[in-house]
Amino acid sequence: MQVKILAFGVAKDIVGSRQFDFAISDHTTVEALRKNLHTQYPALEKLASMAIAVNGEYASDEVIISSGDEVVLIPPVSGG
Amino acid sequence: MIDIQLSEQELNAQVCIDFALSGGAGAVDVFIGTVRDQTQGRKVVQLEYEAYEPMAISEMRKIAESAMHRWPVQRIAIHHRVGTLKIGDAAVVIAVSTPHRAEAFEACKWIIDTIKQTVPIWKKEIFEDGEVWVAAHP
Repeated sequence: MQVKILAFGVAKDIVGSRQFDFAISDHTTVEALRKNLHTQYPALEKLASMAIAVNGEYASDEVIISSGDEVVLIPPVSGG
Repeated sequence: MIDIQLSEQELNAQVCIDFALSGGAGAVDVFIGTVRDQTQGRKVVQLEYEAYEPMAISEMRKIAESAMHRWPVQRIAIHHRVGTLKIGDAAVVIAVSTPHRAEAFEACKWIIDTIKQTVPIWKKEIFEDGEVWVAAHP
């Protein structure tokens, strides 16, 4: 299935756009998605961290991504 | 009571202070994060802030709610700027009211420290000779 992924900060620069579609198999976890993204975009792995949010909340590695979820790449935050 | 705002407009610290003032408060502590003109000797021209807005607001609200559980906080205002900021502009204003001053200082410090760790907001420093997303790389 395809998931829509939003990218912010340096992650947006690395993937080249604010929003992109990414193909994953059914029952893909956040951890597996991160690995797939690292394969596709090796520069993501060089970041100090990269959290993934699903539907507006930080998602732990074991969360399974469903079709229609809003998935967001969250590189190290630097607000304030 | 909690007031959380993300704004592309200039922040007004007085608005946050006015929100925080309350009859039960003996102290209002205010933190203003401002744009510094240099980083490690490199001259900064401007900063660009972006946010994953719905989650930035919900995470700031969670922080404010946690602070209200940890300290006897009366009111909290957190206003964060996004967009292009000039040197000296306020990027964030926090105002916290408590019955006594010690809790106001502690809560305010904890709030800004936690914002910097969890709220999905990013800043890019624009130098005269380049630009960098802050904290992106180890």
